[in-house]
This record gives sequence, structure tokens and C-alpha cells, in this order.
Amino acid sequence: MDWLQIVIFGVLLAVGFGFFTTRILQIRKNILLGRDLDRTDNKGERWRTMLLVAFGQKKMFSNPIPAFLHLAIYAAFVVTQIELIEIFVDGLTGHHRIFMPYLGGFYTFIISFIEVLSVLAFIATVAFLWRRNMLKVPRLVKSELNGWPKLDANLILIFEIVLITFIMMMNGGDEVLFNRGLTHAPGFEGQEGSFGFAISQHLGPLLFGGMSDGALMAVERIGWWGHILMVFLFLNYLPYSKHFHVVLAFPNVYYSNLEQKGRFTNMESVTNEVKLMLDTSADPYAAPADPNATPQRFGAKDVQDLTWKNLLDAYSCTECGRCTAACPANQTGKLLSPRKIMMDTRDRIEEVGNNIKKHGADYDDGKSLFGSYITDEEIWACTSCNACVQECPVNIDPLNIIMELRRYSVMEESKMPTELTGMLTNIENNGAPWQFSQADRLKWKDEA
Amino acid sequence: MSNALRVPTMAEMMAAGESPEILFWVGCAGSFDDRAKKITKAVVKILNACDVKFAVLGAEESCTGDPAKRAGNEFTFQMQAFMNIEVLNAYEVKKIVTACPHCFNTLKNEYPELGGNYEVIHHTQLIQGLINEGKLALKEGGMFKGKKITFHDPCYLGRANNVYDAPRELIEKLDAELVEMKRCKTKGLCCGAGGAQMFKEAEKGNKEVNIERTEDALEVKPNIIATGCPFCNTMMTDGVKNFNKEDEILVLDVAELIASAGEL
Ligand code: SF4
Ligand code: SF4
Repeated sequence: MDWLQIVIFGVLLAVGFGFFTTRILQIRKNILLGRDLDRTDNKGERWRTMLLVAFGQKKMFSNPIPAFLHLAIYAAFVVTQIELIEIFVDGLTGHHRIFMPYLGGFYTFIISFIEVLSVLAFIATVAFLWRRNMLKVPRLVKSELNGWPKLDANLILIFEIVLITFIMMMNGGDEVLFNRGLTHAPGFEGQEGSFGFAISQHLGPLLFGGMSDGALMAVERIGWWGHILMVFLFLNYLPYSKHFHVVLAFPNVYYSNLEQKGRFTNMESVTNEVKLMLDTSADPYAAPADPNATPQRFGAKDVQDLTWKNLLDAYSCTECGRCTAACPANQTGKLLSPRKIMMDTRDRIEEVGNNIKKHGADYDDGKSLFGSYITDEEIWACTSCNACVQECPVNIDPLNIIMELRRYSVMEESKMPTELTGMLTNIENNGAPWQFSQADRLKWKDEA
Repeated sequence: MSNALRVPTMAEMMAAGESPEILFWVGCAGSFDDRAKKITKAVVKILNACDVKFAVLGAEESCTGDPAKRAGNEFTFQMQAFMNIEVLNAYEVKKIVTACPHCFNTLKNEYPELGGNYEVIHHTQLIQGLINEGKLALKEGGMFKGKKITFHDPCYLGRANNVYDAPRELIEKLDAELVEMKRCKTKGLCCGAGGAQMFKEAEKGNKEVNIERTEDALEVKPNIIATGCPFCNTMMTDGVKNFNKEDEILVLDVAELIASAGEL
């Protein structure tokens, strides 16, 4: 490899990681616009959950076929990172397969392993493309996926295919070069032989066996450069895509809610006020604890009223729609889709983040999550059944966001379906959601 | 047994200088809804038959606040919670049983943060305990022998609190055939009543949730749809009526099944 190649590689590396890092910091900043929430407890339990649900993909396996296909892509993704280390070192030093002489048979094993996983991933990717575009699984063709989300999902799969193709060109081309005594692999220069990698030792000669030496060298170099270019492209595409879940699934599951799902958050600000109202000995004119504190809005109107965990959830969403497929409201034709709740939240936090970047922190674009993105009709269709929470493979909680929006609607704007106003009045007046007198609560005892 | 129900109140027990082992939290549906009152009575029959020393709050009980909280009104919820906790703590209540998964969830999970700490169990768990302790015997080959019973998981019992086994074990004690719907346990479909939906019209859609759920149940051709929640009961009963199957399929609470099987 000549100096020019090393320089080009170095520049690519710096630019690639530079952009990636900038984007990651922006996402982090956006997530931290959310309200505080303490999730530092129960470390052991958190690690265990992360190992099972994120690393082990436990929840995926309730549906084994897609789970195995997904696992193939995931395993190939993780294991290929090992090879990537070598490619980085090769790229920066001008070597070729620098680790090979040190690792010997183990090198052959690792590359073979990567190749086998890549072929499995290739099959899985084709299957997923087919499922998404031909099979039309209901959860993958819902209206909230129209436009960019649909393109995004297909693009990622196509990237995957291109990436694997380049790996095969790289290894397959090198194999045939070695067969002809032309490889640059250290220790094998001028020798004829085979690397013995599981797939490329067969696939290489089959595909490229008939090519001229020059063409073959081009195939190998195109494979190598194409691969690394795709890696950089992928790296920088990732944090703009639903595919970012490969990274965020881990922290998101680590910080997931470990309480019983039925337990909804307590609103401390309300507790303080209610205590004041009930406690006749309290001094109504007493100064508030912190006179400078701006009172927090009840519930959430916009993304900044949600917690950072809600926002992390939004960035972690894979748009798989398992939540929506399980949602009773969605199944019966209502507008509510928990996946859309998550996608809306992410789109809005992106918008708010960009606004702050462009116009400063106090800029008001006149829009909000509730109202501009999510409507009354959606939040009031929820039965709070927790099916969405249960189904989510990365432990996202759409229900929590729905409830925060309801709280805002009811407590800040006094807006709710009219029948609910009646129900609430009944509870306040006679301690039951219906109009029965509290004094009659034991009447059933004497009824026949 | 045709004896009148014995339902002491906390106030009566206090006056007599006694304290119960457990408080039976009846809930709003259990107190006022005609269908749910039958479930309440079935629970009392079982408690009476096993001589469980229990009491109810009677007129001192008030809505837990669950529908207010799910409807987004935390004020109303907390007002209710504080009033109830004051009453419960004044009576030094330690253990509570309830036949409503919504009351169960709220008392168990949402009252502790507001100062109400109790051991809270669902009535199916209590009955399971009574049978396991040998206090309640069911007749061999009773009226449910060979009947097909399917259990609809209430969301606030199942997913919300991971109670899936107690009701099923009780159904199996009946010598009945327990058939599972295609969506059950963690995957059980909601009846459509939760999250304050019980008290409002559904949003625009192409179907009611309870119809969708009743279809799941009809698919397994049961003689009885069992459940453990007064709201699920209403929803499934309406669903069965919608398909004109009310003469063939009964919708019953697990407590009612046990009370009938024990000929109480
Ligand atoms: S909790 Fe609400 S949004 Fe989630 S599945 Fe149930 S009805 Fe749908
Ligand atoms: S919230 Fe979870 S289940 Fe729903 S689409 Fe996102 S990742 Fe899938």
C-alpha cells in the first residue's frame, strides 16, 4: 500500500469518527433536555436485565423465526468488529492482514467464523427485505412508517447486503490471488496456496476464478476500500436512523423501569399541594420552600416536560411495531399507535434540539409534542393495558408518555372526554365513579 | 348453606375490641354494580365458610382513585388516596384482600409512596391459600367436571402485577378443562375497560375492544369464560351477548366458580 492510500485512509478515519462523535454529543444533549429521574438504584438487577434483554435479546424470542434472523445479523455485526480492528491497523500502517502471522490457525478460525456469520446475515437480510416489501406483515406497513421510516428500514438492509458483498470480494479476491501466487499476505508473498477461510476459499474461485490478474487485484482492492467506506457510511448513518438501537438498546435496557408495570409514577408536586389542602394545621400563607423555583408544569405538553428516560426511549426505538401490533386500541382501528408515540417523541426532540442549536435555548416555534404531533384522540384511546410495554424488545415504555400527556391535558388545560368529567366529579363528591352515595356502600349485604 | 352473610365492619370490630386478620376491600364495582355485587357475595361466602376473621370498611370505604389517576387527574387520585390511607392506618390495617385488580394494583403499588403500606393480595391468591391450607374443600367431580373453562387475564392482575398462576390453579381444582386462548398470560388482550375507558365512549375505530377479546374466547369454544375482575366481567358479558351466546356461555368470576363448586 502506498502513502497516498494511507493518507486517504487517515483522513477518512478522522472525518468519519469526527462527524459520528459530533452527532452522538448532540443526541446526548437532546436527551438531557428531559426532566430528572433517578435510575441509579439496583445495579445488579440492571446489569442482569441488560444481559438478558439487550445482549441476549430475550424478548425477541417469543417469535423465534425473526428472532433467529435478527440474531444472525446482530452476531455478524458484533463479530465483524474484530476484523475491523485489523482493517484499521492495516489502513494506517500500509500492511496487509497484519495479524495473520501472529494468530496462525486462530486467524483462519476467526475469519471463517466471520464469513459464515456474514452468509447467514446475508440470507437474513434478504429475508427481511422480502418480508418488509413483499410479505407485507401488518405491523411493518402501517401508515406511520410511510416515507422516511420505510426508506430508512430498506436502506439499512441494502447497506448490509453491500457490506457483505464487499467482504466477500475482499476475501474471495485475495484467495484467488493466493491461488496464483500473487497475494500480499505477510509470509506468503510469492507462494501459491489457500487461506482456507470457510466460505471464500470456495466462493472466491467460483466467482473470480476466470478473471485476469489485474482485474483480480482490482476486485480485492475494491472489496477492501468498499468495505471500509461502507463502515464509515454506516457509522454516520446510524445515529440518524432507527438502526441506532444497536447502540442505545444497551443503556436503554439498563435504565429500564424495574417496578411492577402497574405502578404509575407518583407526582410529588401534587402530593405537596394535596397535603396542604388536607392538613388544617398548615399555614396557607407560609412561603413556599424555594421562592425562586419556577413551578413545574403538571404532566407533559412538550418533550422537555418528559424525563430523559422517555427521550432515551424515543432514540432507542427500532420502529419494529411489536407494541402497536399488541395494542388493543390499534387493533380495533383507533388512531393510537404506541410506536407512533415514540416516533413522534423522537422527531419532536430532534426538532427542539435543532431549534436550540439555531436560535438559542429560549426559542419558541409555537409547536409542541402534544397538539402538533400527538392528538387528543390518540391519548384517550389508551386502555393502559401495558401490552406495548410488555412487548417492546428494548424495554421502551410508551404508556408512560401517554399518561404524562393526559396529566397535562387534564390538570393544566382541564380538557378530557366529557364523560370523564362526570366520573371525576362523582369520585370527588361521593367517593365512587358513579352516582351512588358513599353511605350505601354496604347495602349489598342485605340485598337478596 | 343458606345462612345470612356475616359481614362485620371495621368499626363494629373495633367497638367489640377485636381486630380482623384481613380487610376485604370491596371496591366501587363490588359495592354498587349489580353483577359485581354477586362476586362480592361469593367472596364473602368463601370467607365465611373458612371462618376467616375479616372485616370491610363499609361506608368508610371510598374509591381508591385508580380511574382518576389513569384519567390523568393526579389531584383527585391523591385526595382519595390520602383519605383512604388515613382510615386504613387509623384501623391499623396490615393485610388487604380485594376482588378488583384495579384496587389491588393501586393499594399495593401506589399507596406505599403516600404512606399506606399494606400486604395486598387478590382474592384468587387468598382462595388459593385457603384451599392449600385445607380450609376449603371442593366436592369431588363437582358441577364443573369436564366443563371447558377459559381464563381471561385482567391486565392489572397479569401484566401489571405478574399474577397468572393463582386463578389458573383454582380453575384446575374444579376438575374442569382449562383451555387457553391464543393470546393469554403476558400476551393476554385487554377487555377494553382499563385506563378509565370503562367510563367513556371508545374513540372512533372499526370495532370495540371487548368484541375482539370475546372472539378470542369464542375460538376455544368454552362453556365458561372465567375472569378475576368486575370490569372484565362486564366487558366479556357484553361481548358474549353481542354474539347471542349468553345461553351457552357463562361469564363468571373465579370466586363464583369456587363458591359454586364448594356448594356455598
Ligand atoms: S397501554 Fe395503551 S398504548 Fe399501550 S398497548 Fe395498551 S392501549 Fe395500547
Ligand atoms: S417502542 Fe419498542 S416495540 Fe414499539 S416500535 Fe419501538 S422498539 Fe418496537
